[in-house]
Amino acid sequence: MTPPRWLRPVVFAASLLPAIWVVAAIASDFFSGTRLLGSNPIKEAEHFTGRWVLRFLMVTLAVTPIRQTFGWNWLQRYRRMFGLFAFFYATIHLLIYFLLDLELTWGDLWADIVKRPYITIGMTAFVLLAPLAATSTAKMVKRLGGKRWAALHRTVYVIVVLGTIHFWMAVKRDITDPAIYALIFAGLLGYRFVRWRRRRASPQPQRQRAAAAGAVHPAATSSSSQ
Amino acid sequence: MIIKKPDDIPASEITPERDYFNRRAFLRAASLLGVAGAAASTAALVGRQTEKQGGQGEQLKDELTPFEDVTTYNNFYEFGTDKSDPAENAQGFKTKPWSVRVEGLVSKPATYDLEDFIKPHKLEERVYRHRCVEAWSMVIPWLGFPMGDLIKRVQPLGSAKYIEFQTLFDPKQMPGQRSSVLSWPYTEGLRLDEAMHPLAIFAVGLYGKMLLPQNGAPLRTVIPWKYGFKGTKSIVKIRFTETQPKTAWNEAAPNEYGFYANVNPEVDHPRWTQARERRIGEFRRRPTLMLNGYADQVGRLYQGMDLRKLY
Repeated sequence: MTPPRWLRPVVFAASLLPAIWVVAAIASDFFSGTRLLGSNPIKEAEHFTGRWVLRFLMVTLAVTPIRQTFGWNWLQRYRRMFGLFAFFYATIHLLIYFLLDLELTWGDLWADIVKRPYITIGMTAFVLLAPLAATSTAKMVKRLGGKRWAALHRTVYVIVVLGTIHFWMAVKRDITDPAIYALIFAGLLGYRFVRWRRRRASPQPQRQRAAAAGAVHPAATSSSSQ
Repeated sequence: MIIKKPDDIPASEITPERDYFNRRAFLRAASLLGVAGAAASTAALVGRQTEKQGGQGEQLKDELTPFEDVTTYNNFYEFGTDKSDPAENAQGFKTKPWSVRVEGLVSKPATYDLEDFIKPHKLEERVYRHRCVEAWSMVIPWLGFPMGDLIKRVQPLGSAKYIEFQTLFDPKQMPGQRSSVLSWPYTEGLRLDEAMHPLAIFAVGLYGKMLLPQNGAPLRTVIPWKYGFKGTKSIVKIRFTETQPKTAWNEAAPNEYGFYANVNPEVDHPRWTQARERRIGEFRRRPTLMLNGYADQVGRLYQGMDLRKLY
């Protein structure tokens, strides 16, 4: 299956919609009191954008399982876009928190990071996410080398765990929503874990071949395994 | 440490609700100027008083929070945990007939029909700041009567040291009670001398109307110097006890919610600062006042107590 050419711009535009909505809603409430985000618009905007960070991380992590299950290899080309949207929403989330909620008070930001574990954890997740966004270009993949790049980008597994903990700790009492997010992430990470276990349990054909070749030409294997 | 404040907010300082909506956008535009650095003009626009009060920092004006916010942005977990849930799920909540049981260490234990419970008392309007533990606040014109009047009427025994309030338990009507997010029925309590303080009231209305279900109809408590969760909504039982009652949020998370729950800008919630609050309808945060600005009236209740430990 090959997707139609218009799919990519449509997915891109759709991914932007929540951001456009939240910025427009804050602005219209600010200037004309439209109450589009309810009685406590800044809190609402924080929660709204935070959820979208986690949703985009979910979609990003869903690309590989879906591709492998349904053989939709074209989907792979969307993964970077989804990952970057996760970072985009994380940035908006942080900006709303710092500009509108904390009103640029560095002291409060510092106090929050140091004293409040859920902020510490959320901030750590953001700090870990930034280098992934920065190394998302084809150039950077080349510069780092595929293996190192892949290893670096596996940080995303840590990031989703931190993000979910951050969400879980931020809610007051009703943990229904964070629990749902945690379940989905558990599924996405579990899928990878199972495949990894299987790969280890049954060595791949090329590895067997390499081992067989190594028995004959030891020098050749040592260089190929570098 | 004490901030001079009259008993409640003087009527002259309150903007009528109908004018408030026009002011809302205006205030926000004003606060934008503040962000942009035009502090002087902001001060004039939001009516910020520039003189310092005993080094306690600036005092901002209190304006009534619009009826719409007061009745749609609620924490009332019996009807759901989202702020908008109570207004949606409490429609059709039956408050008639309603009876209130008064029991425990009291010389006249009885079950009152709501009307008989209220009738002997003169209802008065009290405009109070309402500070939620989640660092947002409102200004609400309650209609009610002093808790102390009721207490004198039912005559607690000398051994009674505390008063306990219980919300109705009725999972059929209160869908939130079908999950164990808190231990039901919601129970709150006060030391008897706190309850006797003239600022503590039973409320039966707000904005001159009967309470809506989402605000705790038909009967609730309002203790303006404490965080909002100390107020018990839809009360069916009042009990006088010798020992400190177990209270809902304290049971749920004792490290976050104490029995006293006095508004205190110096004692942070583990997950956020309590030094500032967001007044619903305003974009800028404002400083939280000691005992929610009622320190002058109620401060003596806590003399000699370490409010850091007894939060």
